Amino acid sequence: MNIIVCIKQVPDSTQVKVDPKTGTLIRAGVPSILNPYDHYALEKALAIKAKTGAKVTVVSMGPNQAVAVLRLALALGADEGVLLSDRAFAGSDTWATSYALATTIRKIGQYDLILCGQMAIDGDTAQTGPGIAYHLGISQITFCDSVDSDGQRAVVKKLIEGGHQIMEADLPVLITMTMPVDYVAKYPSFMAAHKAQDKQIYVWTAADINADLHKVGLEGSPTRVSRIFPPAARAKGEMISGSAEEMAAKFVEILKKESFVK
Amino acid sequence: MIQVASNCVGCGKCVATCPFGALSLVNRKAVPNSSCTMCGACVSVCPVKALSLPAAGAANAKKDLSAYKGVWAFIEISDDGKTQKVRPVGFELLSKGRELADQLGEELCAVVIGDGVDKYFAELSSYGADKIYAVNGPAYHDYNTAAYANAMITLIKKYSPSVVLYPSTYIGRDLSPRISSELFVGLTADCTGLSIADGLLIQTRPAFGGNIMADIKCPDYRPQMSTVRPNVFKKVVTRPGSMALIVNETIAVPAAAGKVRIISKHFDETSAQDKLDEAEVVIAGGRGMKDAAGFAVLDDLAAELGGAVGASRAAIDLGLRPKEKQVGQSGVTVAAKLYVACGISGAVQHIVGMEHSDVIIAVNKDANAPIFNVCKYGFVGDARQLLPKVVDAVKKAKGK
Repeated sequence: MNIIVCIKQVPDSTQVKVDPKTGTLIRAGVPSILNPYDHYALEKALAIKAKTGAKVTVVSMGPNQAVAVLRLALALGADEGVLLSDRAFAGSDTWATSYALATTIRKIGQYDLILCGQMAIDGDTAQTGPGIAYHLGISQITFCDSVDSDGQRAVVKKLIEGGHQIMEADLPVLITMTMPVDYVAKYPSFMAAHKAQDKQIYVWTAADINADLHKVGLEGSPTRVSRIFPPAARAKGEMISGSAEEMAAKFVEILKKESFVK
Repeated sequence: MIQVASNCVGCGKCVATCPFGALSLVNRKAVPNSSCTMCGACVSVCPVKALSLPAAGAANAKKDLSAYKGVWAFIEISDDGKTQKVRPVGFELLSKGRELADQLGEELCAVVIGDGVDKYFAELSSYGADKIYAVNGPAYHDYNTAAYANAMITLIKKYSPSVVLYPSTYIGRDLSPRISSELFVGLTADCTGLSIADGLLIQTRPAFGGNIMADIKCPDYRPQMSTVRPNVFKKVVTRPGSMALIVNETIAVPAAAGKVRIISKHFDETSAQDKLDEAEVVIAGGRGMKDAAGFAVLDDLAAELGGAVGASRAAIDLGLRPKEKQVGQSGVTVAAKLYVACGISGAVQHIVGMEHSDVIIAVNKDANAPIFNVCKYGFVGDARQLLPKVVDAVKKAKGK
């Protein structure tokens, strides 16, 4: 069985700070990490590999430094990596990104199961996985927190509003993974990272995957940012300060006035 | 990379705006570096119009888009294992869609796919639908990506709407990108504002994971498509007692639908009070609550006021509450009657998830915390010390 995991390098959102004067992000010095949902999807792929001996290929699109997340994935146990990197992809929205990744996967050729994180934490759109599935003409199941496969079918636990459902799908299928509440990402040992140095990472350009240049980058992206602005300033509310006792009394007074305590 | 024309005056406005730190001033001219993602954020702030994105290809530049008319809302049917009904976000989409359709001078249409959907027609009409497209039959009883996407794509190709709105739910987020991919159109996720300017849909959402909002449009592609979280827009009955024109469509389910099968369904036994998105009172805690003991006080206050407890992303990251209790852009959007924000500084991602609440009370040590800009009442102090006293005072007031 051949498993492909799509991964993305993202800024660690827990460490992004906002400039109090301008309201814009301070990105300098913010470390990059493997998108946590992708990390979880990769671990699930490796669990299936451990059972079935499947080959796991990791694919990422991004600048050259994104090779770091592919190295991490190889150290964790993936077999091969592909980095899709080209200035032609700059400005890609989710449409163009999913086209480029699907075209890459088509060039890789053999795939039974494609796993993606449900979304990247720097965009929160959850659109790229389904987009890849469309471009490959295969089925999808999104927002799953477990996945298993015997090489013939995939069985997943998929989240739905107010519960979950167990589903099965014929292969090939693309699954997007959410992650459990208590998920803690695993990292490789120094030895594992050292041994993974010999594994192959291919770096491909738009020409290598034979991409239609009308479908990548800005030209392949229907959406445009037309304006960027700080959130609307509002009138400050009634401010209350004082000792804890005074404020508690005032708090209850407000709850009564607004009829939340009768 | 972004293009800088020679008339750049070196004012530096674009440098401060760039979310990626990709612009700097060199010899009093803006110069982009390789971090530029061509997001276009700088283009609108340039006072001399020196910045531009490379021109889009001729392929899409001069398409005739005038044939695309009508605002559509995809109506999701909820299923709790016992009964099916319209998920309330559908009424919210129709209410906002009514405003957009009126501004455009176009019709508002509800699209409802399911089994026995005729029983929803009257209620959908009361929320302002001029027309209802119905795809009905046992084959559509359960949501299936391939079946529903095929039905929507068939309808969109046949009737050419200018705008299609989807709920940002498990179903809406599964379905809409499949449709936008096939139609080669834009899709903007989790919009917190929708409006019309110069005939175009302006889609507003928080962007770049930071304290900044972006307007997004799709000038050259139709339909323009957006997803919207539940509780972002208010539902308003605009046409009580009226009945929309019903258009029944028979659409066969494609063979691909059979490749994915539901084996079993399981529904959580949560009380209404636990459901954040439906709670009338929400007590939410952030990093300032520090630990489990801090959150236990929130549970106490919620119990006294009959509310649910939510958390900011910072508190979720600290492991103080499970992910499904997260209020904000990447969690649940709430529209409570009372929202108490405790030890939450108020990042824009959190604000967009709770600002539609009626009465907002904020407690924070930092008098300059942004949360105070959205609250009706702001208490400057340590929530961990204040709240136990509030709980006692509430108990006393209730005569316990």
